[in-house]
Amino acid sequence: MSAHISDIRDPLVLGHKTYHDITEDLVSPTERPPGMGWTVGLILSLAMLAFGLFCIAWTVWHGIGTWNLNRTIGWGWDITNFVWWIGIGHAGTLISAILLLFRQKWRTGVNRAAEAMTIFAVICAAIFPGIHVGRAWVVFYFFPYPNTRGPIWPNFNSPLLWDVFAISTYFTVSLLFWYTGLVPDFATVRDRASGLRRKIYNFLSFGWTGSAKHWQRWESLSLILAGIATPLVLSVHTIVSFDFATSIIPGWHTTIFPPYFVAGAIFSGFAMVLTLMIVTRKLLGLEEYITIAHIESMNKVIVVTGTIVGVAYLTELFIAWYSGYVYEQFAFFNRAAGPYWWSYFGMMFCNVISPQVFWKKSWRRNIALTFFVSIVINIGMWFERFVIIGTTLARDYVPSSWSYYSPTWVEIGIFLGTMGLFMTLYLLFCRVAPVVAIAEIKSILKTAGDQYTGPNKLHHGHDDHGHGHDSGHGKDHHLKVVSSNIGAGTAGTMGAAAAVREGESFITESEVEQQPKESGISPKEATQAQPDNLKKIEGIGPKIAEILNNGGIYTFAELANTPVDTISELLAAAGPRFQMQVPESWPEQAGLARDGKWNELKDLQDRLDGGKYV
Amino acid sequence: MANTKDIVYGLYNDEEDLLRAVKQAKADHLEIMDVYTPFPIHGLDPILGLEESRLHIAGFIYGAIGTLTAFGGMTWIFTKDWKQIFGGKPHWPVPSFIPITFELTVLFACVGMVITFYVINGLGPGVVNPTIDLRITDDKFCIAFDKSEVNAAAAESFLRSSGASEVHSKTI
Repeated sequence: MSAHISDIRDPLVLGHKTYHDITEDLVSPTERPPGMGWTVGLILSLAMLAFGLFCIAWTVWHGIGTWNLNRTIGWGWDITNFVWWIGIGHAGTLISAILLLFRQKWRTGVNRAAEAMTIFAVICAAIFPGIHVGRAWVVFYFFPYPNTRGPIWPNFNSPLLWDVFAISTYFTVSLLFWYTGLVPDFATVRDRASGLRRKIYNFLSFGWTGSAKHWQRWESLSLILAGIATPLVLSVHTIVSFDFATSIIPGWHTTIFPPYFVAGAIFSGFAMVLTLMIVTRKLLGLEEYITIAHIESMNKVIVVTGTIVGVAYLTELFIAWYSGYVYEQFAFFNRAAGPYWWSYFGMMFCNVISPQVFWKKSWRRNIALTFFVSIVINIGMWFERFVIIGTTLARDYVPSSWSYYSPTWVEIGIFLGTMGLFMTLYLLFCRVAPVVAIAEIKSILKTAGDQYTGPNKLHHGHDDHGHGHDSGHGKDHHLKVVSSNIGAGTAGTMGAAAAVREGESFITESEVEQQPKESGISPKEATQAQPDNLKKIEGIGPKIAEILNNGGIYTFAELANTPVDTISELLAAAGPRFQMQVPESWPEQAGLARDGKWNELKDLQDRLDGGKYV
Repeated sequence: MANTKDIVYGLYNDEEDLLRAVKQAKADHLEIMDVYTPFPIHGLDPILGLEESRLHIAGFIYGAIGTLTAFGGMTWIFTKDWKQIFGGKPHWPVPSFIPITFELTVLFACVGMVITFYVINGLGPGVVNPTIDLRITDDKFCIAFDKSEVNAAAAESFLRSSGASEVHSKTI
């Protein structure tokens, strides 16, 4: 692969993984019995869910009067929670769709879990409009269908109806997108299983085979779903914001709402992804797949969207003053200085001030701080929705109907219930599906694995033809790390990886033991001369360059002086897949390279066929 | 099963070995039955001679059906079936129809494409496809030849000489 890989980018897969290691690491959490933490978490979640279901039943049985809503305050915690959950549900599709279109490789580490989170969050969100209508058993009246009541149709002019369509579509598309990505990974789980488990996973994997044509269509489907999910995800929160913006309530009736809501949704979604991922990577031991680089990337999104939200808050205030419209001015004055001032300042602190810590690189890469800030943002974004909904409605046009709204135990219980539902679904998901997309991680391994890129990579420089005699300088050059994943041998990779993580120049014992003993050539610990980029020799790729390095050949001069037979022995010892290489021209090529005769080397290579004499 | 196939297949350890081997097989005019990989390999399709997928064309058609369904449906309801006045708006308020039209376009395109994807691939709940090798979904890259299409001995020697780490025969 000659794709250019920037050394500036952090590797996204650590630990010098082979394809098999990836399978092993990502599938094994679904194969071993659950840990204590998981069981306790599930019991707690189920308890919360049960209480939530009880509160929903209570609401349906006794009516909406069990909530503290009244004629003026028609929306309270119900719609606050709805918007909060929908916002959280925005990160998944953003990560999988928009970042796919932007070719951001770091999406592969977190997209699976983020999409799952999206789906679960949308389920939680959809509960609230369903029950806040009061007569939940006729909630299907939302949808236009031929009926015997006229037929009477819903009002297609209403943003509330648009919301029904937007959220149903969003849920369906997210679910299909997520599941299509899961199918090949379920096949991987299936092929490691037996008995009933194999049958179940074969059912889930839809009989996936891995055929080239299937993969081609799978990629085509993923790309187009990403393409149409991108405007979709932007439309969903835009339409949610229309619920407010198309009304004539001061404080809601603003044109800034759609972009402001979308930025806020991405902001809160990423905060929730971070909260979950930091816990998940720790509990499932996925630190090598969900790396600090992933967390830093998400923190960058957080600081950008958090700042957009901050600008939106200030713009709202400015426009309220500048409009000269007294009702609008009062609405904003009331938010900051009225009875709910604490929620306004909570919102400002959590959403605008707290993410600013991520301007500093070392803080963006601090896991404890990130976890803390992500929780703060989750709380802050809830406050934002409460500020918009609760404080505005509590002080409407007619002072005689002003009142103070606070929730009843039923409303709180339903919110806790949705949290329980969310956590229950997420915990079950962690058990049955690979939390990180296996096939997608494998497909970025060669460009983002730490043995191929970054300070710990195993070969020197990269294939940047025509830039002087050898590419790359600095301490990387003295790094003599022996690949422990040549051929089929994968054991001990982890230990080796841990040892080289700091970019030190040494070989660990376990690596030395794995050297091909038959070759009779002992590996050098380090050469004094600058090593050359052996891949400039036609027929030598990164793998073979490693093999030669292991055999003590680092420079063109050394290669030029090595008999062809010795090279063949080295290759044979490295595994059957390298036996096919014909190194007959390598010493000659290396000789030209050693002498700096690059033009002659190029002429020779033009005549060669894959390093073989024609 | 009614139509079983005798196949010979080779397993490669790396996608670059696979790409080289597929290229070689094409040069040798060996008819490859199929290639199986644990993840999508970029650059494999042109070598293998696969045409570009036409799924996106199907997606466009489904999307267009969604657009027409939504816009046509709302138009029919508000202008023919049950005329109502909402907030003094005209009976045919085109801007109000745009959000739902957009959502249904996306919904139809997505659902249609996903269903088409599974149907044309012969995949779906309950489908049991023959397994060639369990490690294909893990870390092996497989080239399979149908013995009725190629000379089995030639295919086997090709697999061995092109760097396959294992070569097996199987009836699927």
